[in-house]
Amino acid sequence: MSAAAIALETRDLTAGFGAVEVLKEISMKVAGRRITALIGPSGCGKSTLLRCFNRMNDHLAGFFSRGEIHVGGRSVYDPAWPLEMLRFQVGMVFQKPNPFPMSIRDNVLFGPSLAGLKDQGELDGILERSLRGAQLWEEVKDRLNELALELSGGQQQRLCIARALASSPDILLLDEPASALDPIATAKLEETLLSLADEVTILLVTHNLQQAGRVGHRTAFLYLGRLVEMSETAAMFATPREKLTEDYLTGQFG
Amino acid sequence: MNPAIRHWLAEGTPQRWLAAAAVLIALTMIVGLIWVVVQVAGSYFWPTPLTEVVLADGSRYLGEQWDSEPDPDAPGLYRFRFKVGNRDLQVQDFRWIRETEVIERCKPGNAWVLERREYGNFYGYPERLELAERTVRSDERDFAAIFRRELRNSLRLHAEQRRLMKQADRLHHPVSRLLVRVNAARFRGEDTASLEVELTQARGEEQESLEPIMVRLDEVRAELAEGALVIATAGGQERSIPLAAMVRALPVNTLGIAAKTGVYLSRWREFLFDDPRESNTEGGIFPALFGTALMVLIMTVVVVPFGVITAVYLNEYARESVFTNAVRLALANLAGVPSIVFGAFGLAFFVYTVGGGIDRMFFADTLPTPTFGTGGILWASLTLALLTVPVVVVATEEGLQSVPQTVRDGARALGATRWQTLRRVVLPYATPGILTGTILAIARAAGEVAPLMVTGVVKLAPTLPFDTVPPFLHLERKFMHLGFHIFDVGFQSPNVEAAKPMVYATVLVLLVLVVVLNLTAIMLRNRMRRRLRSAVV
Repeated sequence: MSAAAIALETRDLTAGFGAVEVLKEISMKVAGRRITALIGPSGCGKSTLLRCFNRMNDHLAGFFSRGEIHVGGRSVYDPAWPLEMLRFQVGMVFQKPNPFPMSIRDNVLFGPSLAGLKDQGELDGILERSLRGAQLWEEVKDRLNELALELSGGQQQRLCIARALASSPDILLLDEPASALDPIATAKLEETLLSLADEVTILLVTHNLQQAGRVGHRTAFLYLGRLVEMSETAAMFATPREKLTEDYLTGQFG
Repeated sequence: MNPAIRHWLAEGTPQRWLAAAAVLIALTMIVGLIWVVVQVAGSYFWPTPLTEVVLADGSRYLGEQWDSEPDPDAPGLYRFRFKVGNRDLQVQDFRWIRETEVIERCKPGNAWVLERREYGNFYGYPERLELAERTVRSDERDFAAIFRRELRNSLRLHAEQRRLMKQADRLHHPVSRLLVRVNAARFRGEDTASLEVELTQARGEEQESLEPIMVRLDEVRAELAEGALVIATAGGQERSIPLAAMVRALPVNTLGIAAKTGVYLSRWREFLFDDPRESNTEGGIFPALFGTALMVLIMTVVVVPFGVITAVYLNEYARESVFTNAVRLALANLAGVPSIVFGAFGLAFFVYTVGGGIDRMFFADTLPTPTFGTGGILWASLTLALLTVPVVVVATEEGLQSVPQTVRDGARALGATRWQTLRRVVLPYATPGILTGTILAIARAAGEVAPLMVTGVVKLAPTLPFDTVPPFLHLERKFMHLGFHIFDVGFQSPNVEAAKPMVYATVLVLLVLVVVLNLTAIMLRNRMRRRLRSAVV
């Protein structure tokens, strides 16, 4: 793997809250323009690891981290890199859809308007591109000024993806995005993710092994804060290198 | 214990009955209060028929029969309250009449009630209308039409007279202000020569612009002095009452339902939109209604930003600590402080300290006559704002706490700063909570009286705090208030019995005002809520 193709990287990352180490000496490289699934039992540190890349953990009480976290070859703690700029580049979608109490349009254009973009034509372009990227355009193009809260759960989650896409991020972090959705909405969401993989690097935390198998080009397995194994999904599911991985994949625990 | 009873207790049946009984008692009291108020106030303006009674001793009375009660002096018998009016002829508006004394009772068609600007109602039988050039006897065919026309003309003239006098009053303003300054300068032992030159000049200007007004005023007054109705009481005594003294004259017993409805509505209109008469016991309550609404408005404008900022600091910025807990505790306790204490604080701090300071800085030329250093609508509003700030803070904090963490995270993850998240996402989300706080604050403030009595409310304010004289909004002026009006008319007026229905009517208006303010805010909040309804899936 060439250095340029590596979108996210951690080196000896140990992180946690107060006296508890949630992540232990994790070194991983996430390839660009691919979908990488993070799997592991509850409490293994998947979400914490995910949130390291856009520094969302920094808002939580007692958070600490040692080691290095890189996005696009640059440390996220680079003092010359403002937090807001980092987050324009690294978008995030949460477990529960979290649309803001405003119109669909204002939801999607939240990021660009924060960046100070005012040109109406440009904003309209971003709006359509983002909603198309999230495969929501056809469903909402006639009701862009309606409240986002009127949308269904699946539509809301895809709206959140569109909202993240509006800032033209290189990387999209998804924290169990389908956990609050029904199977049909989940299928639609997965289809959206696969269509996005050509342009954006996606890191996806999931509880659902089938989902990891369906959409993950690569898969990383975390257990008790350690990275147990990371490889191409097909290879890992077929012939796991580690006994632990095999036990987890076959449903022995978790 | 008997297992059946134990089972009965365990199932909570008596508890359920107890709860139901408590709710029933509370409901009964509320419904009872509203029923009494609506009943008395609603019927007060409906024209009451006039009754003539002839008593055993031969005396006759014409008036309105009011409530009856068991006679305390004669067990088993009843007596009724009879409103005889004609207060310029006898001292009392009312007299008690024993049922057994009445030997004859009728509702004469030619009995009139005259509502007068002074001395209350006059009940009697019209004899003749004396105009400048002729006299019209009451048995003439067009007496009623002529009288109606003359009275309407007189009312119009009276309105014009009032308007002219207000104009004159406004023109006098520069002179009266200069007079205060001259007196202030004299009081301080300063040279008043230059001020007196100014005063002479201002007087000259006033005279000049006052001239046409005074001429017209004299004409109006001369015209008003003409025309009087000679009316006889039930006892046969004749009395000449100038048209200018009347507000309304009705042959009550012959009025049809449509005419009565018209009178009813016109009395309500007078009550709501006119100035009070007869030390507030008659006429309208408009200045009090206006003062209450304006005061609540100013209070809201002050308390909402103040309370919201406080809540935002406590909930969003301040770390949980002994300090924030102390602030919350202080706020909770502040809500329980007797309101008169707030009044005392408002008087000491706002009126004397802040107002006195403003006077010394900006109105030194009129001291010792205070401008802001005395009670006024601004200080009353600020005192109430202080009183209601805990309500707004607590409700806003609840609103802020209801904003889901995921929504905040969503905004932060998009690169919003803490302030941007707060302003663009969290505050819109918390709006229903903020509005709830505003509703509660308004409801509390509109009904509060005690702190106002020492910070700016008066029995009778000569001017509204808002008028056409720049700067239009006069925050330093004293004002009238519905709550204080109720206290004043109901308990401080010289004629409590006659004014009692006015108190009920005022209470009704105050209740309606509070309900309307509340409903508006509640509707606003529910609309917001509906928009946020499906926020969390």
